[in-house]
Amino acid sequence: MNVLIGHYNYWIVIFLMMAGLYVVIAQGNLVKKIVGLNIFQASVFILFISMGKVEGGTAPIVTQGVSLYSNPLPHVLILTAIVVGVATTALALALVVRINEAYCSVEEDEIHQQDQSF
Amino acid sequence: MITQHLPILQVIIPLLTAPVCLLVQDRRFAWGVSLAASWTAFLIAALLLDQTLEQGVISYELGGWSTPWGIEYRVDTVNAFVLLIVTAISSAVLLFAQRSVAREILSTRIPLFYTTFMLCLAGLLGIAVTGDVFNLFVFMEISALSSYTLIALSEQRRALTAAYQYLFMGTIGATFILIGIGLLYMMTGTLNMQDLSQRLPAVTATRTVETAFAFLTVGISIKLALVPLHLWLPNAYAYAPSVVSAFIAATATKVAFYVLLRFMFTIFGASFAFKSMPLSFIFIALALAAVFAGSTAAIFQDNIKRLLAYSSIAQIGYMILGISFASVTGLTAAILHLFNHALMKGALFLSLGCVVYRLGMANMEQMRGLGRLMPWTMAAFVIGGLSLIGVPLTVGFISKWYLVVGALERGWWPLAVAVLVASLLSLVYVWRVVEAAYFQPPSPVRAGEIREAPRSMLLPTWALIIANLYFGIDTSLTVGVASQAARQLLGVSE
Repeated sequence: MNVLIGHYNYWIVIFLMMAGLYVVIAQGNLVKKIVGLNIFQASVFILFISMGKVEGGTAPIVTQGVSLYSNPLPHVLILTAIVVGVATTALALALVVRINEAYCSVEEDEIHQQDQSF
Repeated sequence: MITQHLPILQVIIPLLTAPVCLLVQDRRFAWGVSLAASWTAFLIAALLLDQTLEQGVISYELGGWSTPWGIEYRVDTVNAFVLLIVTAISSAVLLFAQRSVAREILSTRIPLFYTTFMLCLAGLLGIAVTGDVFNLFVFMEISALSSYTLIALSEQRRALTAAYQYLFMGTIGATFILIGIGLLYMMTGTLNMQDLSQRLPAVTATRTVETAFAFLTVGISIKLALVPLHLWLPNAYAYAPSVVSAFIAATATKVAFYVLLRFMFTIFGASFAFKSMPLSFIFIALALAAVFAGSTAAIFQDNIKRLLAYSSIAQIGYMILGISFASVTGLTAAILHLFNHALMKGALFLSLGCVVYRLGMANMEQMRGLGRLMPWTMAAFVIGGLSLIGVPLTVGFISKWYLVVGALERGWWPLAVAVLVASLLSLVYVWRVVEAAYFQPPSPVRAGEIREAPRSMLLPTWALIIANLYFGIDTSLTVGVASQAARQLLGVSE
């Protein structure tokens, strides 16, 4: 029981990760795939953030009378990773716009069909 | 002293050139400044390699923050060698780029091309030079994002879907690597590679470290297009602009391979990766699948760039086979092949770039009779092809020789036979192109119009071809460095 509840953050991470990957694989719509990729990346952000939690620790800002802080490093790392994620999403969306201009579709199977007939 | 700061200059020069190209928005200026930056980077890489060979490992603390708190750049023989080949290829490719890019990319996008090219170069060099795993992830994303953009700059619409597919595979791969890094940090509390390698042995028996190992292996394998995770590669190489194909084919997967070496040998250590984990067995199986599936698929391609892309998948198989031996000879072969394959694929894609420059495409149909119409270009292709097969006096022979010796050393002679049989397969696909170029008449309509490619394109192509021949004959530099690098990775003394 403790394993189930005590590690609830990891269960959320695993659920989001699998859901995101599933959307990336199963969806034929190029925009929805990007949403899936974002969920997948968000799960990793949560993994890192929950890793930085120190039991009983407060926010890592120096204050009098507090000696136990959460680990700030994972937060900093994830800030960078979020920026990378935003850049990836922006680039993917830009690609979808150009794919839509070139193929008049954002559905994977229709694009594939057009490539085959070409 | 400026020489002290070489490791950071290696990355910062191309990184700063990128915005300059973007701001000035002038094609010729962007080309000139990128070329200068790339040659400077090449010079720095040569100096670094020289320093590491003489004085051993160079450690550079970013901003003066001492390790393991600050970010460390750490250059030993392995990454100095990778830096050298990456900068050499980018210098040759940029020399080639001016004419080729003018024909294949919209003129308004050309400054953008040099901007992203420089970002990609900075990312690749950053991956190679850094001693910090999170820094490595960030550089990996810099190079990956810019290479998706580079591919999408092509005027063919299929390049867009290829870039999209590459973006998805690449991002999933990078995120897997990030998960692996996170799990390692969880167990050790450090991101510095040296520090990790010292702290990991105490906790290797835990499932967290084993999971991290699995995530990292799969993530890096996506980046390096190891079968069955190679699906992004053929289209990305086939529909990208010629210069981009040449640059990415010769460098991106090589740098990913370096990352694999770094994680497996420096961070986890060979005994964990190859004794506690069944990596040897998995890699042998996947490498053989890559070699045979890649070569067979290459035989049936009509688009020559796609053909070379499938051949790249096969060549990656050879490198993976080399490290699966986990011996000094096997690792030497893998590192040698990393260097040599960059030389041959760079040369081959550049010679195809010449064909595309004159004919607009490079399918089997276009190759007919080219042996007479573009003799220098096709001669370059033939020598590059011979190198790919592994004919003596070319670099391809050297790395395959060490691979076979490595297999025999371990007593795995069926693998040695497999390498030789696979070489015959590469003979078949190279021969198809040669047959079309030299033994079929050109279609009479075009024969009059087609001339040899301009000299500014032939020169870099032939520079790489001559390197193919030179390092195939005088192996003292490459083999010496590769075997020293292999010993360093395995932690074996001289």
